[in-house]
Amino acid sequence: MFGKLTWDAIPLHEPIPLIAAAVVVLVLAGLMVLTIVKGWWPVLWRDWITSVDHKRIGVMYVLLALVMLVRGFIDALMMRSQLALAAGNARGYLPPQHYDQIFSAHGTIMIFFVAMTFMVGLMNFAVPLQIGARDVAFPVLNSVSFWLTAAGVLLVNVSLVVGEFARTGWLAYPPLSELAYSPDVGVDYWLWSLQISGVGTLLSGINLTTTILKMRTPGMGYGRMPIFTWTALASNLLIIAAFPILTATLGMLLLDRYLGFHFFTNEAGGNAMMYVNLIWAWGHPEVYILILPAFGIFSEVIATFSGKPLFGYRSMAAATMAICMLSFMVWLHHFFTMGAGADVNGFFGVATSIIAVPTGVKIFNWLFTMYGGTLRFETPMLWAIGFIVTFVVGGATGVLLAIPPADFQLHNSLFLVAHFHNVIIGGVVFGAFAGYTFWFPKAFGFRLHEGLGKAVFWCWLVGFWLAFAPLYALGLMGATRRMQHYPETGWQPLMIVAFVGALVILAGIVLTVVQLVVSVRARERLRDASGDPWDGRTLEWATRSPPPAWNFAALPQVDGLDAFWEAKRSNGGALVPAPGEGGRPLEMPRASALGVVVAFFAFVGGFALVWHIWWLAVVGLGGVIAAGLARAWQTEHEFEVTLAEIEEARG
Amino acid sequence: MNASASTIVVEIEIPISERGPSPRKVIVGYGFWLFLLSDIILFSALFAAYAVLSGRTAGGPGGVQLFHRHTVLAETGCLLFSSFACAMMSLAIERRRRGWMVAGAAATFVLGAAFLGLELTEFGAMIAHGAGPDRSAFLSAFFALVGMHGLHVSIGLAWLVSMVAQVFTLGWRPMVTARLACFSLFWHALDIVWIGVFTIVYLGAR
Repeated sequence: MFGKLTWDAIPLHEPIPLIAAAVVVLVLAGLMVLTIVKGWWPVLWRDWITSVDHKRIGVMYVLLALVMLVRGFIDALMMRSQLALAAGNARGYLPPQHYDQIFSAHGTIMIFFVAMTFMVGLMNFAVPLQIGARDVAFPVLNSVSFWLTAAGVLLVNVSLVVGEFARTGWLAYPPLSELAYSPDVGVDYWLWSLQISGVGTLLSGINLTTTILKMRTPGMGYGRMPIFTWTALASNLLIIAAFPILTATLGMLLLDRYLGFHFFTNEAGGNAMMYVNLIWAWGHPEVYILILPAFGIFSEVIATFSGKPLFGYRSMAAATMAICMLSFMVWLHHFFTMGAGADVNGFFGVATSIIAVPTGVKIFNWLFTMYGGTLRFETPMLWAIGFIVTFVVGGATGVLLAIPPADFQLHNSLFLVAHFHNVIIGGVVFGAFAGYTFWFPKAFGFRLHEGLGKAVFWCWLVGFWLAFAPLYALGLMGATRRMQHYPETGWQPLMIVAFVGALVILAGIVLTVVQLVVSVRARERLRDASGDPWDGRTLEWATRSPPPAWNFAALPQVDGLDAFWEAKRSNGGALVPAPGEGGRPLEMPRASALGVVVAFFAFVGGFALVWHIWWLAVVGLGGVIAAGLARAWQTEHEFEVTLAEIEEARG
Repeated sequence: MNASASTIVVEIEIPISERGPSPRKVIVGYGFWLFLLSDIILFSALFAAYAVLSGRTAGGPGGVQLFHRHTVLAETGCLLFSSFACAMMSLAIERRRRGWMVAGAAATFVLGAAFLGLELTEFGAMIAHGAGPDRSAFLSAFFALVGMHGLHVSIGLAWLVSMVAQVFTLGWRPMVTARLACFSLFWHALDIVWIGVFTIVYLGAR
């Protein structure tokens, strides 16, 4: 009846996950009760859960990312505290099989459900506004994408209480992840949560690419797109090209585990290295899917807070597309030690180093944008400057690792861990926070508290360097990654410094929450009536804050780069409507429960497959199909916004 | 820029990239094309896996022993003529002829189902002879690649049934005709994938 699921799946003997889960369940139940008692449920359902407005979906993505940041960071704190303790004969407080789950969950959550989710959220929010569109190309599909991501998140978190998570690292290399060596459900949780959320990501990539290529406002040719839109285009093209590889690869591992196939097994001719090749053919583009939108955010922020047009706009767009291409030619540098031979390693080493060229172009463009500008050091700008300094170091260590002989020494060491945290925290996370602070007033109509925002930035910057500079040194001393304890007591002082760094980052995360609460409470004082709090340059700042559901009552005519900046200089910030625009009622997409219903059944199906509850898996699949069919027969997809409503929204 | 610049732009021809948002029909088709590209990439990952594993028979049977070229040729014929029928259906849809549309859909369905029937018979016989996907890495890759194509065909058949039902219940709405256009793109794309399967898997059998 319930497949492999029994009461033994609940880890009653392990207090840490149970207490954590109990807290989460209590908080959720409390929020539910509060929602019902206060009568917020209809609003929550109508304006958020079933909303197909790209701005609200973007906000929900970012919220989900922030919640999962806390979850992933707790894992990080546990790892750092374990390693601060477990030197010499000491064994710390985390047994190895628990520690292995923690680093696997940390990587999985931070990449898929924090970095990825955050970036998709910011792109969803800002791109249609930047290109003068009223929504994305497929608004209902957008909601499906978001809720599938949420279903994946839920599945990962359920593994905390019911069963266990993978102990195989964030990419679950076979043969360790095969049934023979990981017979429990951990790897299955990992596989199904990534399959479900991966479909969501792919659909989102198709959606945003179509939006950017087919829905730009009149006059906005490719040479006039804001640079964040350019980077979003590159990122979403990479999603379309890379995520199917992930789906196929995970599918093969699933077939191995569920139906006895031999893709990656040790027996019957399976080839584990093929998995490693395939997963990195997705995995390397994936890191550019994350970093390119961050580059776009920094470009917008630096131009805005320097009061100057972006230096080298064309070279920036070209560099973005060059990185987009090159990102598919370097995957083998993740496993130089595979033994592909000197020629192959040499090719991939050189290809990897070449990526430093377009990236260097970008760094100089940002510096020259600031040069001679009127700089304002507000929070988003601090993130951008902190990024440039931090990221250059991360990029330089990346070029070091790209040299195969050096990689043979540094491979699998804490040096590598320090390198990729250097680029992902210093690049993606800093970019995410810059974007969050930058567009928050656009989304809600008031700014975030400036002082607390600066405090968050300094905590992350100082905390990052304290936490990861020691790991560079430890890596050079020979400390490997994914170790639960170490015999060499000489490493302990640096491990303690790294732990202190993690605590400083913790202060930054706590302050982020404090900043949000303080800002909401002081929203009247922080309110921005203009819609343009930062003296912005691109179209999103021409709308009021928050923008109406339809973004633009009349699509604007664009005649050049930085359309809003030009409009402010020539006619007081009023955009010129495109011919035939304005004075007409609008058709806007209706809210739809399709996303949340599909995701619910996908979650049910995923959970059932993890535990081999076949009838329930059929229910899950049937539910998804039924929801799709119900949608196929719906004929009323839009509602009319009357001129009176448009006028009223204008205030 | 300024007012005079925009009046000049109106006089000369406006570049395609600056003409503003595309009509709904174009947007839907474009999105579906992108989906098809992603689907082709999914298949290419499976083709790559097949290429790597095709020699790994682990002492078991290889393609030459297992494949019957006549059956495969018949399968190919079914699928290609099914695509032809699908194209006829598209013409009937353009002229809004429901009778011809149903005839085209029925021919597409029958030929598609015949393809699937032949394929499943082939799979069944192989598994019965102990040459299932768990026998060797070569057979794992074979069943995954060809099976994934078969799964796509099955989904296509279900989709086709649902589209005929939509034409009868909802009529020729733009929503329905757009979906029919997407279906036919999907169906032809499966042909292209099959050409790859036929060439690489069956003609290239060792």
